Amino acid sequence: MTRYSTILTTLIIFGSLLCPQVLRAAEAAAPSQVKMINEIIEQGWRDFEIRPAAEADDSTWCRRVFLDVIGRVPNQEELSEFLAAKSKSKRADLVDTLLHDDRYTEEYASHWSTVWTNILIGQSGGNDRDSMISRPGMQKYLRDSFARNKPYDRMVYELVTATGSTKPGTERFNGAVNFLIDKVNEEKGVLATSSTSRIFLGQQVQCTQCHNHPFNQWKQQMFWEFNSFFRQTRSLRRFVDGTRDIDHAELIDQDFAGEANDPEDALVFYELRNGLTRVAYPVFTDGTAIGVSGFVSDVKRRDELGRMMLASENMDKMGVNRMWSLFLGFGFTKPVDDLGPHNPASHPELLSKLGAEFRKNSYDLKQLITWITLSRPYNLAPVLGSSNEIDDPSIGEMPKFSRFYLRQMSAEQLYQSLVTATDASSQGSYEEQERQRNRWLQQFVVAFGTDEGDEATTFNGSIPQALMLFNGDLTKKAISTSSGSFIDRLSKTGRSPRDRVNDLFLAGLARRPSKKEITIAGKLMAARKGNEKEMLQDMWWAILNSNEFIMQH
Amino acid sequence: MINNWQTPSGMSRRHFMQHLAGSSAVATASMTMGGAIKANADELRKNGKSAILLWMGGGPATIDIWDLKPGAPTGGPFKPISTTGDMQICEHMPLVAQQMKHLSIVRSMSTREADHMRGRYYMHTGYVPNPNIEHPSYGSVIAHEVMDQRPDLEIPPFVSVGGASAGPGFLGMAWSPFSVTSNGQIRNLKMNLDDNRLLQRMAALDTIESGFSKRTRDLPASEHAKVLKKTFDLMTSDQMEAFRVEKEPEEVKERYGTDRFGQGCLLARRLVEAGVPFVEVDLGGWDNHNGIHALFKDTKLPQLDRAMSALVEDLNQRELLKDTVVIWMGEFGRTPRINQNAGRDHWARSWSCVVGGGDIKGGLAVGETSSDGTAVETEPFSSEDLMTTVCKGLGISTEKTFTSKNGRPMKIAGGGKIISELVG
Repeated sequence: MTRYSTILTTLIIFGSLLCPQVLRAAEAAAPSQVKMINEIIEQGWRDFEIRPAAEADDSTWCRRVFLDVIGRVPNQEELSEFLAAKSKSKRADLVDTLLHDDRYTEEYASHWSTVWTNILIGQSGGNDRDSMISRPGMQKYLRDSFARNKPYDRMVYELVTATGSTKPGTERFNGAVNFLIDKVNEEKGVLATSSTSRIFLGQQVQCTQCHNHPFNQWKQQMFWEFNSFFRQTRSLRRFVDGTRDIDHAELIDQDFAGEANDPEDALVFYELRNGLTRVAYPVFTDGTAIGVSGFVSDVKRRDELGRMMLASENMDKMGVNRMWSLFLGFGFTKPVDDLGPHNPASHPELLSKLGAEFRKNSYDLKQLITWITLSRPYNLAPVLGSSNEIDDPSIGEMPKFSRFYLRQMSAEQLYQSLVTATDASSQGSYEEQERQRNRWLQQFVVAFGTDEGDEATTFNGSIPQALMLFNGDLTKKAISTSSGSFIDRLSKTGRSPRDRVNDLFLAGLARRPSKKEITIAGKLMAARKGNEKEMLQDMWWAILNSNEFIMQH
Repeated sequence: MINNWQTPSGMSRRHFMQHLAGSSAVATASMTMGGAIKANADELRKNGKSAILLWMGGGPATIDIWDLKPGAPTGGPFKPISTTGDMQICEHMPLVAQQMKHLSIVRSMSTREADHMRGRYYMHTGYVPNPNIEHPSYGSVIAHEVMDQRPDLEIPPFVSVGGASAGPGFLGMAWSPFSVTSNGQIRNLKMNLDDNRLLQRMAALDTIESGFSKRTRDLPASEHAKVLKKTFDLMTSDQMEAFRVEKEPEEVKERYGTDRFGQGCLLARRLVEAGVPFVEVDLGGWDNHNGIHALFKDTKLPQLDRAMSALVEDLNQRELLKDTVVIWMGEFGRTPRINQNAGRDHWARSWSCVVGGGDIKGGLAVGETSSDGTAVETEPFSSEDLMTTVCKGLGISTEKTFTSKNGRPMKIAGGGKIISELVG
């Protein structure tokens, strides 16, 4: 064992030298899509005459892939299991385990449900009293979909065309309706229009509601044509018996008489900036028109829209661009959901090809995740060096993906990681835990007071976030020394304080402490007059508050 | 194996602290904790300029507040009233009317961003959104420029009350807004730990922190350390007293209005008094696509009238107004045409903002719109122009150029022109 750990240490120390070979060996067996990604990205490095960072060592990479795939850091057993594995394909094996092993299904589904809930209904959707959204309903739909690895195109179609009730446990429950439930009744459904086109097609059309877009090819006419697909759709409130409290809501399609009151010719009006009025019918972005009848029995407009969206190359590109950005920190475009000739991509060829591969492989999200996580750019160290100094997208350069860009964890990843590392959450049913988590997350959301529900987060590396991590309840629980706590349990393991400090660093940062860190732990031990638990508490506090903990790296 | 677990004999706690301090930038900076000079507010403010931005989220219908068109088909039901300045405003703003000698209206704002997020960005920064660069907002720019007048300020120089404000862009996280609720309560401020142990924890944190920054060399890692330093300062500062708006006398609270915006304005005054260079107070709910006039008459304007007038009056009485620029604006105005839902939609082509205080002249109405409010008929002004004028009103050089992180020179306030009627 001792000899083995020496070998291990050596491996970690020289990891950056050994890894390229390991990777190359693994690459031979890797899916062809991985090679395709590598070739195009590497060509970019040659074009810009930059040298990429070294490969990330195993423990850094392990922490990274846990955070991105299942939304939390690995615990100590998971980390040591990975580090001890000798297979040349150990990275591919870990990705495979995280994606396909039953023990991770729930966490995988829950993480991706969280990510997509925020995309579809924002961080605060459903928390307002007047909202018709059932956040648990949205999450349940997404959790079920990710747990069964529902193809991405299927999900898009369901979200765009869903009818039924918002709330789990009600008759006709269909959680997918929560995406549109708050977006169709107000202002002729402009929010449904702009969200659907932005989120799934990467088309930012909100400005074209009122005027032709100065930069992209969208015109005001196209906005109202796209909008026409949503005009049969209504949200209905269902009240708690005998009260005016909303129990849940239902999304339905009903006959649309049009704004000229002729359901056979159900048109909508819009106004040009010069005051002239024009009419619009449902026409997809590629110019394909559908029947003009507003009768649901003649044509279900959203079903038609869903079908045409699935045929659109933009849906493929948007899907892979978003997934890429969630793993690499930057998409091929910025913002990630604004595609088109007015906003050139950093790697247009890769964006197209990856989109095409995604389609060819039945929109299997787990395959897409495999390609990305095994690709060379995802396996690089997070180091900005002299040979790739120009690769700094945070200052506005196009990303070259020649290193892993540091980024802050999301609030949800932090919460989940703290809970995993320390069991800091209170006990209770799944629903109760969800409520606690949601309450904790809401403290960071700031609304902008617009009808479009625009919002920002203060979980952005600013002082309120730092205060929360310094002194907040979650931290207090995480660093508690009371009986049964993480520190308490840790204090009863290992042979020496040194062992236990090692474990502390592995649990939080997936690495062993440096000499300096050991030294300061020793000083803390003295300052705590030999009370080891208090020393561990101080050290754990420092780890949890460090940039290294809060950053995905 | 290194063995560091024994306390070196004869090593006192004080010695230990010095050791830590020697190895740690955070600890060094914070060692002055107990001994820092607690300058009083008057001392702090000496020649110090400040600004308060009243941010009207959603885009208010300025045609119903500052630039009325009585009788025009677009005019709506409200009547104009006289003010102490050289202009008329809406009848539902009688208290502000009494303060207009201190404030000026720019009636010829003409901008092009009529989407909330884009308009919000543009009005806060003086730049249109650009995917490749994030520009610093008003608060970050002004805090950055006047901080050398405030060497003893320990609380954040840019406070956002009741809203998100806008970010520091390329100036870095250390200049980001510190968001608080309108009652001034700050969550998680206390650690309830003795100072020594807090310092020791900070030293351990700094060791991990600087190791990571050195290894990665990436900006987010070192920015994080700066924010930690500011957080520590804040936790240990007596100046935090400024946030305790509940300490104000009841009649003052009543004068401002006990709603969130009123208390937010009162908090802004306390913060400016304590030397904070920039405070933004947020009042949302101006995105009135439906039923605008009843809402204005019954709710929005009385609330605005009370708080805004109290703020200007109070600043003036305390002789703070001559050093404090007050700005009132939203992301855009609203359509002169009243829509079928008795509301007004987004409109950026012709609208108004209000400024006053500092070196900015009050009592003026600058610029004119057409008789139905749909067009600007005099020289149009932009966000850049307004921001440049505000900078001038604070004595900040408008020739100032920042260098963004990619080395591109960026003029302060987008290189706008000064609205000459208002300054000089």
